[in-house]
Amino acid sequence: MLDQMEGSRAVAEAVALCRPQVICAYPISPQTHIVEALGEMVKSGRLGGCEFINVESEFAAMSVAIGACAAGARAYTATASQGLLFMVEALYNAAGLGLPIVMTVANRAIGAPINIWNDHGDAMSQRDCGWIQLFAETNQEALDLHIQAFRLAEELSVPVMVCMDGFILTHAFERVDIPEARQVDAYLPAYEPRQVLDVHEPVSIGAMVGPEAFMEVRYLAHAKQMMALERIPEYALGFREIFGRDAGGLVRGYRSEDAEIVVVALGSVLGTIKDVIDELREAGIRAGVLGICCFRPWPMEAVREALRDARCVVVLEKSLAVGIGGIVATNVRTALAGFAVAVHAVIAGLGGRAITRSSLAAMVRAGVDGSLPALGFLDLDRAVVERALERERRTRRSGPIAENVLRDIGVVAARIA
Amino acid sequence: MSVAAQKRYTAKDFKSAVKPIWCPGCGDYAVLNALAKALAELGRPPEEIAIVSGIGCSSRIPAYTSVYGFHGVHGRALPLATGLKLARPDLTVIVTGGDGDGFSIGGNHFLHACRRNVDLTYVVMDNQVFGMTKGQASPTTPPDWEGSKLTPEGTGVNPFQPLAIGLAAGANFVARCFSGDPNNMAAILLEGIRHPGFSLIQVLSPCITFRPEQMEWKRVVRTAPVDFTEDAARAARRLMTDDGFNVGKVLYRGSRPAYAHERPARATSLAELEREFSL
Repeated sequence: MLDQMEGSRAVAEAVALCRPQVICAYPISPQTHIVEALGEMVKSGRLGGCEFINVESEFAAMSVAIGACAAGARAYTATASQGLLFMVEALYNAAGLGLPIVMTVANRAIGAPINIWNDHGDAMSQRDCGWIQLFAETNQEALDLHIQAFRLAEELSVPVMVCMDGFILTHAFERVDIPEARQVDAYLPAYEPRQVLDVHEPVSIGAMVGPEAFMEVRYLAHAKQMMALERIPEYALGFREIFGRDAGGLVRGYRSEDAEIVVVALGSVLGTIKDVIDELREAGIRAGVLGICCFRPWPMEAVREALRDARCVVVLEKSLAVGIGGIVATNVRTALAGFAVAVHAVIAGLGGRAITRSSLAAMVRAGVDGSLPALGFLDLDRAVVERALERERRTRRSGPIAENVLRDIGVVAARIA
Repeated sequence: MSVAAQKRYTAKDFKSAVKPIWCPGCGDYAVLNALAKALAELGRPPEEIAIVSGIGCSSRIPAYTSVYGFHGVHGRALPLATGLKLARPDLTVIVTGGDGDGFSIGGNHFLHACRRNVDLTYVVMDNQVFGMTKGQASPTTPPDWEGSKLTPEGTGVNPFQPLAIGLAAGANFVARCFSGDPNNMAAILLEGIRHPGFSLIQVLSPCITFRPEQMEWKRVVRTAPVDFTEDAARAARRLMTDDGFNVGKVLYRGSRPAYAHERPARATSLAELEREFSL
């Protein structure tokens, strides 16, 4: 059924259709609307058979989900930014225990400095914790990925994070197609847990595993993610059969088959990039896009196949691995090892900075004419950075960094925080 | 006596040029004013005072004052302030925050800060709601409040009792005041700041945006009928029959020494060390 609604609401509708049994919530922007919408559905009776609990922190939220899931319940929570970081210990725990929890991450920057706007720093910080990470391009895809996420998680007994850009998607009102309950029921089988509370075979979950088997248990987590690389395209096909539209999969190209330059990105910025690519194509530049939907597991083969024939690859990423640069680009370079493809990392949109079409077009043109560095920063104000560094060179007691920069550009910190 | 020490301060000296962005009618405006007034009366220059906070509406206070400020991570103001006080015991360290920051996500730190009894003053602006995230139940929210979609049937759980828990955990000074009585609030804040060890001051500070019914608080609060006690057991008994609206007086003044910064001198020679082990 077509409807116009906020992205958060669309996700809540999808989660409700998946019939979770336990939902735990702790408010944090820009995620709160999702769990609020679910709470409302529980109250109205629309979402029956579901325990909805408001907890004292994100650490508690993930821990409640772990407890519920270990007891055989379908469990869901949502978070963002600092909340995701606060639950890190529990994230590793859920992954190590093989508990198929599904969580929405409404991507938002990580402080300090405090910032509530969108980038991918939160999810990227957890790329190696053992959760599958799917990135939605649109609100429709965010909705669809949640349905796929429960199936994937439960089939493999692996937790899945569905990432969607905070505010840009979560707070945008768009037309979405809400599936019917019978469609979701046909796609997503009832949860059959691999571990249950069984009176005939009581176990204590959370074993201490020493050097004799720790590597094997950790390797199994990796092996399951490798299995996910096969399942994800299958489930995307199965989704198309039932719901009649494409969603998910590992990667998705746009005008990339014959492209000499390909821009790689994740999430909602793909829409802007596609517009730019269309313009550049009209100007005679053979440019294309590769959207990464599944970031963990890393679709090594799919990325290699999609990019090996390009002359130049520009990875536009909304997170910064301080000390090296691009996280996604590093993964892309691994996939292209042995191929003569130049891979550039361009860090963009940190803390919500707008990624404009003109800047993207200039970036692609720089890639074509060979003037793009291996690591670039889109619309970084170098003069501000230089003045900050100069202050530090001049005086030992140069003061707090963020406050100095704000003073420099004439903004009072507390007014915008 | 230095020139600085002779200066008489006014509340204005402790406010910054930043205009608060709280909602009109928020109780926190009065808390900010009372805090500035208390600091003026304390008589220490702004550079000898630090205010630490976490995340939330009330946690914005450091930006609105002229003293050293730290706006930290959600729920971590107390351990952060502990670190600051250990590094700079000469500073007067005040921690400001709300019921969500302090009792929910930061609840464990609250217990241990009371226990540890570092010389801090913790001012909790309690409006029984998460305001910054637009109105969700906090640990002090009454169980039947249905104003949030996150607690569709109300929380259904008994509210956190900050004073009883603070007292039980070892807070050395416990008081409650009301943002509607700024002079009394300033006096209690000053007393708490001067009292050694961990001072817990709960300020009933209405959120008129998400809890408009709290506008009634000014009619509901009453001056506590009895003066402070130095007997923790007696203070605890008083809290047994407390409805949360006895304000304006200190409940408990303890005499436990504040967490000591000085450590016994360590042995510097082998002979000294040997003496420590000899019976």
